[in-house]
Formats: sequence, C-alpha cells, structure tokens
Amino acid sequence: MGSHPVEPVAGSGAAVDFTEVQQTEQFKELRKRHRSFVFPMAVFFLLWYFAYVLLADYAHDFMATPVIGNVNIGIILGLLQFVSTFAITMWYVSYANRRLDPIAANIRHELEEAAPEAFIDPAGGNK
Amino acid sequence: MTSITSAAVHVPLQTTEVTTVGSPLLNIAIFGLFVAITLVIVLRASRNNKTAADYYAAGRSFTGGQNGTAIAGDYLSAASFLGIVGAIAINGYDGFLYSIGFLVAWLVALLLVAELLRNTGKFTMADVLSFRLKQRPVRIAAAITTLAVCFFYLLAQMAGAGGLVSLLLGINDRLGQSVVITVVGVLMIMYVLIGGMKGTTWVQIIKACLLIAGAFIMTVWVLALHGFNLSTLLGAAIETSGNEAITSPGLQYGLSAITRLDFLSLALALVLGTAALPHVLMRFYTVPTAKEARRSVVWAIWLIGAFYLFTLVLGYGASALIGSERILAAPGGVNSAAPLLAFELGGSILLGLISAVAFATILAVVAGLTITAAASFAHDIYASVIRKGKVNPDGEVKVARRTVVVIGLLSILGGIGAQGQNVAFLVALAFAVAASANLPTILYSLFWRKFNTQGAVWSMYGGLGSAILLIALSPVVSGGEKSMIQGADFSVFPLSNPGIVSIPLAFFLGWLGTTLSRTKEDPMKQAEMEVRSLTGVGAEKATDH
Repeated sequence: MGSHPVEPVAGSGAAVDFTEVQQTEQFKELRKRHRSFVFPMAVFFLLWYFAYVLLADYAHDFMATPVIGNVNIGIILGLLQFVSTFAITMWYVSYANRRLDPIAANIRHELEEAAPEAFIDPAGGNK
Repeated sequence: MTSITSAAVHVPLQTTEVTTVGSPLLNIAIFGLFVAITLVIVLRASRNNKTAADYYAAGRSFTGGQNGTAIAGDYLSAASFLGIVGAIAINGYDGFLYSIGFLVAWLVALLLVAELLRNTGKFTMADVLSFRLKQRPVRIAAAITTLAVCFFYLLAQMAGAGGLVSLLLGINDRLGQSVVITVVGVLMIMYVLIGGMKGTTWVQIIKACLLIAGAFIMTVWVLALHGFNLSTLLGAAIETSGNEAITSPGLQYGLSAITRLDFLSLALALVLGTAALPHVLMRFYTVPTAKEARRSVVWAIWLIGAFYLFTLVLGYGASALIGSERILAAPGGVNSAAPLLAFELGGSILLGLISAVAFATILAVVAGLTITAAASFAHDIYASVIRKGKVNPDGEVKVARRTVVVIGLLSILGGIGAQGQNVAFLVALAFAVAASANLPTILYSLFWRKFNTQGAVWSMYGGLGSAILLIALSPVVSGGEKSMIQGADFSVFPLSNPGIVSIPLAFFLGWLGTTLSRTKEDPMKQAEMEVRSLTGVGAEKATDH
C-alpha cells in the first residue's frame, strides 16, 4: 500500500477521506503500536485469571497449602491477581502516554487543520 | 491465637424474636441527611441541563478523577458490598473469588473498550455499535440488550433494597418493605428527572467516597483488633467458625462437578460482563476526551481494587467477630454480615452510618441504571428509529424524562414483585446477559474489519436469547430448593449461570452471521470508525457554559 501523507484531504474541504488516512504509514504505525500492546496483554491477563480460577476450582488442596501462618497459596495467588491488575493498569497508562498519545494527537491535529469544517458538528451536538 | 476482644458485648441481638439491630430512628435520620444533602447538590447541578449532551452526558465536563470515582460508585452496588462481605463471612474463600472477577474485568474495559468507545460514540452503546453498520436493525438490537441488562440489574437493586430494610429499619412485613421500595424508587426518579447525568454523577461520587471511607475505617478497625496481621485474622475466623476450610476455595462451589462448572461459568461472565454493562459504558461519555476516559478507568481500578481488598478483611472479620450462625440467624441473612460487623465495632452510630451508605448505594446505582435505560430508549429507539433522526434535542430529552418516570414505576413494581429473590443471582444474570449480548459485538465492531450487520444482529439476539432461555431452564427458576417457581421442574440446564454456553455462542454467531452475509458494509465507514477510535479526531467535545 502506498504511503499517502494526510494532506490530500485538504483540497476536498467538505469531507475527509478516511480510507486514505487509514492507509498512511503514520496511522498504520499507531494501529500497530496499539494492537501489539493491548492484544498480547489481554491474552496474558485472561490466561492468568483463568489459570487462577481453574486452580481455585479444581485444586483445593494445593490452594490450601499454608505458606505463612494461616495465609495459604490460595490467598497469596488471589492477592497477586490484585497486584497484576494494578501493574498492568500502570504499565498500559505509561505505554499509552509515551507511545500512543503523541502519534494520535499528531494525526488528529493534521486532520483538523486540513479540514476544520468537517469536524464541527452542524447539528450542535445532537442528531 | 489472640482472643476475640469484644465477643461479650453484643447487646440487643436477642434470639427470641427477629428484631433489628441498632436504632432504626438513627438509621433513618442519617439516611435522611444523605438524601437532603444530595438533593441540594442535584438541584445545583441541574441548572445547566440544557441540551441532550448535558442531560445524557453531563456536558462531557467531568474530569477523569471525578468520573472514575463515579464509576466506582456505580459499580460497587449493594450486591458487592453486602453480598461479598456476607459471602466471605459464610463461604470464606469462595466469596473472595467474586471480588477478583469483578476487578480483573476492568482490564478488558481499560485495554480494549473505554477509549475507543469514547472516541466513536455520543451518548449510548448503540452509537458505537451502529457506527459503521446499518443503523436501524443494529440500533434496535443494541437498545433491546441495553434495556434487558438494565432491567435485570434494576430488579436486583430494588429487591436488595427491600431485604436491607428488614434488617436496618426493623420492617419485616411485606407491605412495609413495599413502602420502602416505593420511597427509594420515587427518590431515584426525582434525582434523575431533575439532575440528569450531572446530578446522577454527583450522587455516585458522594456515595463512592462514603462507601470507601466507611469500608476503610472498618477495615483498619478489624485489622487493629488482630494486631494488623492477616494470618491472625484468618486464624480467628477459623477458630470462630470451627472450619479450617474457610481460608481455601471449595466451600460453596467445590461440592460437585456441576457446581465447579457453574463457578467456571460465573467467572467467565464476571470477567467479560463488566466492559459490556451499558451503564458503565455510558459513563465514558461524561468526560471530554479519550485520555480522560483512560484516566477514569485507572481511578476506577484503584478505588474498586482497594475496596475489594477491604471486603476481604471485612468478610473474615465478620466471620471471626460474629460467626456465621449469628449472621445467618439475623433478618437479612447473608447480607447482614457487614451491618452486623459495623454494630459490633462501633455500635449504633457506625451501624447507622453504614446502613445509610448501603441505602445510598442502592439509590445511586438505580439512578445510573435508570438514566442509561432512558437514554437508550429516547436516543436509540425514539429519536433514531421511530422519528428517523428528525427530532430536535429538546424533544428527545423530553422523551427521555418521560421514560425515566416509566422505568422508575416499572422498577418499583418489579422490585416489589422480586422481594425475597436471590439478589446475587439477578446481578450475575445481568453480567452474563451483558457479556453474551453486548461484548462480542463491541469487540468485533472495534477490531474486526469484515464484521457486518448480520453478524451484529445474530450475535446480539443470539447472546441475549440464549442467556435468558438458559436461565429460564436452569435450577434457579425451577426444580431447586431456592427456585423462583416452586412446585414445578423444567430445569433442563443444570448450571445457574449461562455464561459458559451463551458467551462463546454469541461470539460464534457473530462470526457465522458475518461470514454468511452477502452484503458488504461501507469500507469508508469502517475506515472512519477505525481512524476516529484510535485518534479521537472529530470526537464529541465538552459543552461550554
């Protein structure tokens, strides 16, 4: 696919050709960065969640193994689900701030400058 | 093991007659104060409700932090608070499994749904789903699934309100409970009618702060009684219950192969349901940008995660300090664990505060559900389908307000009818229906280029229909000890949660419908949706006042 810059939109004025924007290298890069993070991460946390659920469901004795006093493996794995959820959240936010937001903002600004009238809602926010 | 400190001080818990604990008057007074304060705030917030964007989406003017707090307020329903604390107190570890599913589910919303949805929609879930597909059929299907999920969730909350009063206000007869349900319903109609999304959001923010603060204080208190040592607390819980098994999984769901499968089904519905709950999705439209939507989810995850950690301590605390026998003997049964623990710790005052928070919880969640259902009817069915978009915003909001009254009345009637029903079941059903009917279509339309109208319609109706049908044929409805319909048995489906069948089925139908369809969707629309969803270009902006 060709690497059209975002500019061709400018001449048309009335509407934006989103299929062309979709084909730009910049947009493809944004989509790649987004998907290459969120898809593997989603697969990972779902696998980890279901591994935990299956252990809790079918491996009661293993989960009941005491570790520290009355705290057993089950409690620790459960708390680790909280830890991993918080960690993934922070990881994603830092990734999005660094790798996604700048490029998304760039495309957005280029489009809005090229065709400002296309992005003002004539119905006043309701249709 | 440290001894349980104040075990001797349980005062008015007579076993002779089922009475209430604490002072009903004090409970009512504290709750009345909450209502008064929030009503003033709602009135102030409603001054700027001019346009549809104001009424449905609070002018998109909330910050991520405010919205995240409101999401926590919306999400932590009475079922989470009373239900999970009670479940941990009685069933130990198996109650904890609920909280984990409810929390991990937020990662689906954070990674896959929230920002993309904020960028492509306006007011409702149907805005996103019908963006690049045929408006009419997809909008109608999405509105129907939205209304169905809201309805089940509403019933659960209203039924919960009835159960709560029997414990907190000492009203045990059916008539008295019906009166309370009516009062809750009328208050909720007022909030939503006057305040719109802005008022609703503020009620949820206030409630979230009160709920989390209350749970925090009780958690620190319980931990202090056990030397801030989790192991000591667990030991005390084992000692009171006389059952080692409460600290490991299996008490509730480990009974047979069927209950294990049932738990798996529930876990699937919980983790996939959250990101498809219409009232949660609608909250993302109240912030100005996708970045704020992301921030909202992050706030929500921290608040909700912290809260569920508190419930772990509170549940085992109730188990240790009160014991499952006294909890089950109290008038509200399992749901009374948290209020009883509050009374044990801080007497009538703390009980009054916690009860007021629990009421406020129901009120706030019901308000959020009502505005979502009303927006879906007015915006998707009335404005877009019946009037084909030829309606001015004022007319649409007028219809939305009338819908609020109708839904309010319906939920009062439903709540009165659903008294005594299993509240947790209704909530889990709402999650299962949301995960089956909405999630496949949301994900497909955001990420699958070839997805088309037929796929969406098949997936939504197939998911909704199969989830409801399987519930109707499950032991929850007939053939079991606690079934809704006694004396009949048509329970062909052995599981009480349909998720494990209906969710994969809905994903499959979405794929099948798409592949079998001959009509191709507009590639321009697909490109526009993809570009918009990732960049936020042309997304709805905040309204200025």
